[in-house]
Amino acid sequence: MPVKLEDAVKEAAKEIVKMASVSPALDVKNAIKGSLNIETHEPSRVQLNAILENINLAENYKAAVCQDTGVPTFFIRLGDGFPIRSRLLQILTEAVREVTKELPLRSNTVDPVSEKNSGDNTGLGVPVFDIELFDGDYLEMVYTPKGGGTELPSKAFVIPPGNAWEKLPKLVLDAVVDAGPMPCPPVIVGVGIGPSVDVAAKLAKKAAVLRPIGSRNSNPDVAKLEDALLRAVNKLGIGAHGTGGVVTALDVHIEYAYRHPATFAVGIVFSCWATRRARAIVHPDGSFEVRPQ
Amino acid sequence: MAIYHLKTPISDQDVERLNIGDTVYVSGILVSARDAAHVRMVEAIRRGEALPVDLRGGVIYHAGPVAVKEGESWRIISMGPTTSARMEEFEPEVIEKLGVKLVIGKGGMGSRTTEAMRRFKAAYLIFTGGAGVLAARAIKRVLGVHWLDLGAAEAMWILEVEEFGPLTVIIDSKGNNYYEDLRRKARERVDEAAREVLGSVPR
Repeated sequence: MPVKLEDAVKEAAKEIVKMASVSPALDVKNAIKGSLNIETHEPSRVQLNAILENINLAENYKAAVCQDTGVPTFFIRLGDGFPIRSRLLQILTEAVREVTKELPLRSNTVDPVSEKNSGDNTGLGVPVFDIELFDGDYLEMVYTPKGGGTELPSKAFVIPPGNAWEKLPKLVLDAVVDAGPMPCPPVIVGVGIGPSVDVAAKLAKKAAVLRPIGSRNSNPDVAKLEDALLRAVNKLGIGAHGTGGVVTALDVHIEYAYRHPATFAVGIVFSCWATRRARAIVHPDGSFEVRPQ
Repeated sequence: MAIYHLKTPISDQDVERLNIGDTVYVSGILVSARDAAHVRMVEAIRRGEALPVDLRGGVIYHAGPVAVKEGESWRIISMGPTTSARMEEFEPEVIEKLGVKLVIGKGGMGSRTTEAMRRFKAAYLIFTGGAGVLAARAIKRVLGVHWLDLGAAEAMWILEVEEFGPLTVIIDSKGNNYYEDLRRKARERVDEAAREVLGSVPR
């Protein structure tokens, strides 16, 4: 395998780490712009305009859009025919280390035992990798850093399945009220459903950070619930940065896996107004394309 | 909801005009303090020692910068607010003993700070969470930095700012806490909003 391909993977990874640190995802930016058409509550409009001004300034200066450049996280789809396998994680870790110095990014990796920050955004378990395999010859990776404020109000439960769907709306709405201004609204609310908290939480995270705003679950029953939950969340009056109004969430996304007969696990994950993601595709010949999402 | 442009030092009269939901821009001097600086301020108060800077009529900003040193001077690249709740334990004493008039942060503060602000005429305002570049643009000069031994993020930065904002008033000097009001109203709406979703759940 040519060393050139490893270089291409690192280059592509560095590009998306930079891209997703400087700008929020395009659909998120557009949704914030669009929310000014429906928000009439003045303090909330002040916050939305400040958010947009900050996004534009960060893009002009090529500076991080939020000073919390998040926990480095890669969602990877690895084709059967792509020649780099176990080395991949080392290459991506090195890419994060280099961009942390070059852009710069704030280092958000603290050893919970010694309380020491590694200083380079890497450490035990970080970057976070999620890997799917597929029948193809290329590598696809999405970088989605996520800040601490939006992680704090995350929740996970396992409830009895009997009337779980009837209980779900209140679980989600209570979580939004508990979160209040903490996750930097307007947020994307991700809801995951599955057999266990680990599965539900991971699906909730993917629902919050990976799915574009306006996308709907392919199951029409779930899509209908997404619409209804979005309307309900935006009736709570929390608003941009908790200053009131009708734009608390930009969207609600639900992802599910099959559950155990005895369990119905629910994960709830928020993603802030600065939801960031960028995607790269690397081909086996070393050519690659990157784009903001 | 009014818009105010205030200059430091901030007077009691300035603060008394502010109501929850108002928009404020501050020009003058801003002093940054996060967790460790608050611990140190309170220690100094209790020992009767002077602080490196007089905070009467002053503005405290819960934030730590991304800063670079260029020759002898510092340049702030990004300086968004940090979560203020962590300073709740210390802020009432800082307001009472040091005469701080405005506290800027994000996420809101609790009942002890709200009460201290009512008794000693002060207000809590939020700066847009995450908007570190927007904040940095309003910082014209670093006038000084103290307690660098705490690390750059935790140090006390003395900043000259121009039209620093927009800031939204969350706690005013009359005992009102905007976030508490909105959260209570949101809590009251949950059951009805949840009932409306029931017609859309699978099954």
